[in-house]
Amino acid sequence: MASEPSAPLVGVLALQGDFADHERALQAAGLRTVQVRTAGQLRGLHGLVLPGGESTTMLKLLDVDGLWGPLGDALRSGLPVFATCAGMILLADKVENPSQRSYGLLPITVVRNGYGRQFHSGTFVLHGDALPPGTTGTFIRAPRVAAVGEGCEVLAWRDGDPALVQKGAILAAGFHPELQHGVHPVVARFAGMVREYAGAVGVG
Amino acid sequence: MSTLHPIPHVPGFTAEELVSKIGFCEQLKGGVIMDVIDPTQARIAEDAGACAVMALERVPADIRKHGGVARSSDPDMIEGIQKAVSIPVMAKVRIGHFVEAQMLESMEVDCIDESEVLTPADEEFQIDKRGFRTPFVCGCRDLGEALRRIHEGAAMIRTKGEAGTGNVVEAVRHMRTLMTGIRSLQGMERTLLERKAVELRVPYELVAWVAEHQKLPVPNFSAGGVATPADAALMMQLGAEAVFVGSGIFKSGDPIKRAKAIVRATTHFNNPKVLVEVSRGLGEAMVGIDIHQMAPQERLAGRGV
Repeated sequence: MASEPSAPLVGVLALQGDFADHERALQAAGLRTVQVRTAGQLRGLHGLVLPGGESTTMLKLLDVDGLWGPLGDALRSGLPVFATCAGMILLADKVENPSQRSYGLLPITVVRNGYGRQFHSGTFVLHGDALPPGTTGTFIRAPRVAAVGEGCEVLAWRDGDPALVQKGAILAAGFHPELQHGVHPVVARFAGMVREYAGAVGVG
Repeated sequence: MSTLHPIPHVPGFTAEELVSKIGFCEQLKGGVIMDVIDPTQARIAEDAGACAVMALERVPADIRKHGGVARSSDPDMIEGIQKAVSIPVMAKVRIGHFVEAQMLESMEVDCIDESEVLTPADEEFQIDKRGFRTPFVCGCRDLGEALRRIHEGAAMIRTKGEAGTGNVVEAVRHMRTLMTGIRSLQGMERTLLERKAVELRVPYELVAWVAEHQKLPVPNFSAGGVATPADAALMMQLGAEAVFVGSGIFKSGDPIKRAKAIVRATTHFNNPKVLVEVSRGLGEAMVGIDIHQMAPQERLAGRGV
């Protein structure tokens, strides 16, 4: 499905990671996308994605490129935000194994590589009323959500662990819906948030 | 559907395995994977922003110098690096040496490089990588080598280049040859694609997938001779999706500064202003070898076709 020229525009942070997969997934959901590597590219967006990748690499590049501040402003602006894996780590209130700096916009504690090394990566069934029964998520060296604070809703679980959380305009997953076939229900949910936002502020 | 739909069915693969293995490699895109020989170097690489490290006892430049049979690394050395960093740790096995690969999988190395940099253990067969849970990366010089490795189960392809030379010319040749090979399939009718599949010794479905999508069904990285930020950006502009740097960092005058510069150059590969900025005052690059001065038996890229 091709995106209409008038479709809402989502910025995908493209410092490192699977940003191209996110772009494909969002385009399949009918949205337009733009890669974000500079502060100027944060203007005129109706949504923002923090992709998977290595959170330590992204932190270094956010600093050296002077993006830490401008990206933080965008994340706090009420723009719909979708973060997967490394992106979720960047937004968490507390990061363990090892501890590292983060934006602290989601009241969750995440343990990096909380399910082990790549050998333990795989696709697991998700449970939660927000998703159709049988929905799965691909976890890759994934962060494990060890604690969830007030104001943060858990939308899906992997066994006993929160796997998909939302607080206001920020949606975050420990897994990678962008890697799976078709339009994953989580991508569809985010696309809905972006369309609603774009409808409120006007597209273009 | 335009999301990831990787390899046309390959016997022995499940769809879940494909997503998990290739998905791991997707996470490395836009990043730099650095060769390291001890925990100290591994920490330097991680601090500089490497998206993964390759643990090995000798970098390719030293393998060339020392000669002899180059084998998979000591488990103690690999484990030391696994404990030192939180980013993925890869390690190399000899071409065809599936027992070395079984050992690395049991150590939960994140990705296995079946590498021409080590001395091949089998001159006829490469490892059947489909039987492993661990994703494999393999080198190639052209489309045929790339597709044969993917058919064997590689989840990521990299150019071979000529490792340990600090000379990017072979990596450029291999990337251009690969991309030309992909483009040459465009619009080809079925009978010609079938003939191509026979010529390349891979299933028709794999060739047809590449003809249709005009890319490899797995991530396509570059390796072999990258020594400067400009080299990394060059490979990215030629179509690489991430860059391996072997001897180029820790054989240079200022490894920390060079490592950071190559990381930034790989992200901003299309931005000459950033490339100028990161290339200032880097100190000495590794000396490098002119490919034309090398004897044929010194070339590693001809291993594993």
